[in-house]
Amino acid sequence: MSVTNEQPYLIEIGPVDELPQNTGKTVRVQGYEVALFKLSNGDVRAIENRCPHKGGVLAEGIVSGEYVFCPMHDQKISLSSGHVQPPDTGCVTTYPVVITDHKIYIDSRPLSKEVCE
Amino acid sequence: MSQKKKIVLVGNGMAGINTIEHMLKLAPNKFDMTVFGSEPYPNYNRIMLSSVLAGDSTVDDIVMNPYEWYEKHGITLYTGQTVTNIDTTKQTVTSDQGVQVPYDELILATGSNPFMLPLPGADKEGVIAFRNIQDCQTMIDASKKYKKAVVIGGGLLGLEAARGFINLGMQVDVVHICDHLMERQLDPTASKMLQEALEEQGMNFLLNKESAEILGEERVTGLSFRDGTSTEADLVVMAVGIRPNVELAQTSGIEVDRGIVVNDVLETNQPHVFAVGECAQHRETVYGLVAPLYEQSAVLAKRLADVETEPYEGSVVDTKLKVSGVDVFSGGEFIDTDETKAIRVHDEFSGIYKKVLIKDNQVVGTVLFGDTKEGSRIMKLVRDQVEVSQQDMNALLTGSQGNNSTAPTGLGTEHMDNADIICGCNGVSKGDICQAIQEQGLSTVEEVKNVTKASRSCGGCRPLVSEILEHTLGDQYTGSEGKEPICACTDYSHEEVVEAIREKQLTYVKEVMNVLEWKNEEGCSKCRPALNYYLGVVDPVAYSDDHTSRFVNERMHANIQKDGTYSVVPRIYGGVTTPEDLKKIAEVALKYEIPTVKLTGGQRIDLLGVQKENLTEVWEDLGMRSGHAYGKALRTVKTCVGDTYCRFGTADAMGMGIRMEKRFEGLNTPHKVKMSVSGCPRNCAESGIKDLGVVAIDGGWELYVGGNGGVKIRVGDLLATVKTEDELIEYAEAFLQYYRETARYLERTAQWVERMGLEHVQAVIEDDEQRQALCQRMVTALSVHSDPWQKAIEDKQVQKDLYEVIDAKA
Ligand SMILES: Cc1cc2nc3c(=O)[nH]c(=O)nc-3n(C[C@H](O)[C@H](O)[C@H](O)COP(=O)(O)OP(=O)(O)OC[C@H]3O[C@@H](n4cnc5c(N)ncnc54)[C@H](O)[C@@H]3O)c2cc1C
Ligand code: SF4
Ligand code: FES
Repeated sequence: MSVTNEQPYLIEIGPVDELPQNTGKTVRVQGYEVALFKLSNGDVRAIENRCPHKGGVLAEGIVSGEYVFCPMHDQKISLSSGHVQPPDTGCVTTYPVVITDHKIYIDSRPLSKEVCE
Repeated sequence: MSQKKKIVLVGNGMAGINTIEHMLKLAPNKFDMTVFGSEPYPNYNRIMLSSVLAGDSTVDDIVMNPYEWYEKHGITLYTGQTVTNIDTTKQTVTSDQGVQVPYDELILATGSNPFMLPLPGADKEGVIAFRNIQDCQTMIDASKKYKKAVVIGGGLLGLEAARGFINLGMQVDVVHICDHLMERQLDPTASKMLQEALEEQGMNFLLNKESAEILGEERVTGLSFRDGTSTEADLVVMAVGIRPNVELAQTSGIEVDRGIVVNDVLETNQPHVFAVGECAQHRETVYGLVAPLYEQSAVLAKRLADVETEPYEGSVVDTKLKVSGVDVFSGGEFIDTDETKAIRVHDEFSGIYKKVLIKDNQVVGTVLFGDTKEGSRIMKLVRDQVEVSQQDMNALLTGSQGNNSTAPTGLGTEHMDNADIICGCNGVSKGDICQAIQEQGLSTVEEVKNVTKASRSCGGCRPLVSEILEHTLGDQYTGSEGKEPICACTDYSHEEVVEAIREKQLTYVKEVMNVLEWKNEEGCSKCRPALNYYLGVVDPVAYSDDHTSRFVNERMHANIQKDGTYSVVPRIYGGVTTPEDLKKIAEVALKYEIPTVKLTGGQRIDLLGVQKENLTEVWEDLGMRSGHAYGKALRTVKTCVGDTYCRFGTADAMGMGIRMEKRFEGLNTPHKVKMSVSGCPRNCAESGIKDLGVVAIDGGWELYVGGNGGVKIRVGDLLATVKTEDELIEYAEAFLQYYRETARYLERTAQWVERMGLEHVQAVIEDDEQRQALCQRMVTALSVHSDPWQKAIEDKQVQKDLYEVIDAKA
């Protein structure tokens, strides 16, 4: 697949090789912040860069497998579903990631709503 | 053979059976006993219904005396039968199923009935109380079919029920008539903190609401309030109070007021009829908690077994909320009045609130939130009416008592009598525990709990049990739980992991997790930083740091703030700076529009509010190292002016401070390390509350260690006295290295010194050979340190990976 103007909701971020593994990267898009992660298995994930608990910046959390631990109060958040793990509760918006030609794009139409509810 | 005395007990609950248990001990084989219970179960621990509901226990777990127990002791048990008649003349009881039994002595222990609000619709299906196994079962079943529960009542019981519903995956509203929760146990401050904590767990509170009507056809669908609002409900639990169950006594001509009236040996107005537990009213008071009931049953048992006994004179009660993640304790008087004075600790950062009320130099009550460890101990002071000074109380609240002579008399368990009750819920005395420890060779709280039942119910006495273990076992005691795993990813303790790293020569974080078969393949935010630290300590030279296993402050070498900006604290060695440096700092602050410039508690300048993407430029422009101000590393060395200017000073405190700060800069430690140097015993740099505090004395230096000025204030212990500056550095090196090698990650020196014992640490440091070996290893550890800020300035890759923020165009 190649990315063209037909998919205007895809936003180009940059080359996938330049994304460091297991540390979050802060991305500003249209005035909001997204945290981008490359996991140990090479998958890339994008979530809203604010913890639902008290707004901790998730890009700076410790990444373990499919989860990031918020640096503020250590809540554990799934990078794929956006769900805060029990016993805590809450949910962050997740964004679909598309990789073509070694480039990362994120889908600006968040999956969030249905997932969060 | 003499005829055995016939004892009949009506009520197979906690107080009644506790009485029987005592009697069996006091006079085995002397009685012929019969027990009636309305519920179809053997005796169980009612308190623990909360934990059955919360999913932490099963009904089987909470049975205290199984059927075999009754059999073994020859007790005739009628379960599922309610006694409906007592003939006090003929001395017989009759059950609803027609069983008639004669008695010589009769014990009424019928407990209470839950109070059901007489609301219209209260008889609908789905409206229940929370009192027995049946209710608990109803709630669990409902959670499988329904989504929304409403609990009426914001007291202890209501909140425990609500927590259970959350665990069962239901939404829950707690309706309360007052504007604060547990108002009969908590003051408004603690109550608010509790509310916030519970809200974070997902409870929804409807305060200041008076229930009006229960809505629905056959089954409840909602609840409406007097103010016209309403809420939906699939299940309504009323937890608004209890009433002593006196019906049987009343119809049988036994004197009843609010409860069955008893005297100081639990006798009713009828000969040979006694009452104990929640159904009894003693000196105008009826109790709704287990501890006082057990005190009653101990007296009654002695009375019935013809053993001499002190009269029962009433109880001072305390309460502990059994909701996971929230520690609340309250006892005695808890609302300030004109006659009371309070000692308070209120730490909003850690969510800790402690209040002790004192009247005429006596402690009369307490409220503890967030840290309830001292609860039982404070209550002992209340009960014993001990005179205490304010210092004693301060010490108790900050937990710093116990290691020196300031410990108030009568506070430690070592001062308790064997007859003193440790576990109020289960009536276990200090003597019982000591005996079990010695006779059965117990060594952990868990074992004591299983053998004696102490701390099996609400858990409030756990710290005391652990203390008794410690005293009884002395050196053999290894900690309350025996072994404590690093985190949920593994069963290995910190010590075992370090051992494995050394033995198996493991060299990176993932390898450790693999070889030791971590349950979570990639670990978590607790174990990974610990592993990274341990690997670095074991082999500082070969190990290459894993920055992905570091907490953000250490990965970025700046301190993240709650709004996501950072703070930078330029290193100012010993707190001594120059006009040039100050100017530079000021210029940087202006250039990067740094919103806040603040002096820190450690005599440094904090630049707060720096944007992530500006960090490397800020460092470059400053041209100074930064301060590790939030790392697990040496923070600052605070100094006084010393003999350079001070008329009292006998030594160069500034010079020494600078030397120490340069020496230990960048050293990784298990937790943060703060130091200070004072130029004379006036101690202006406050060396008594530092991890390593140095005080100059005539002709030498004193080294204090394990001090802490944080949440849990601890005064440092004198480790050693040395003559020269070089010796001082040598001792400091050895001390820090020993701490680095033997402390668990995130263990402050204060805890570590207490765990290891000062004498042990002293012995190691004073031994020439060991000290020098430690210093040697410290030199190696320090040799690998490089300036991370310089690296960030020079290395484009580091800048890109860690500090860059991507601006994506849509
Ligand atoms: C969910 C829950 C949590 C609690 N948590 C705590 C806590 O953390 N700390 C604390 O101290 N207390 C707590 N309590 C209170 C504590 O359980 C009671 O104070 C204690 O159980 C009272 O003991 P009792 O023997 O007087 O009554 P019960 O234990 O209620 O026993 C009375 C028994 O008598 C039976 N009975 C009544 N009438 C008759 C009759 N005519 N014939 C035959 N049998 C009869 C009843 O069925 C009942 O089984 C809690 C209570 C509940 C319900
Ligand atoms: S500690 Fe002693 S030397 Fe230092 S400032 Fe205070 S009085 Fe002066
Ligand atoms: S802000 Fe994320 S855990 Fe508190």
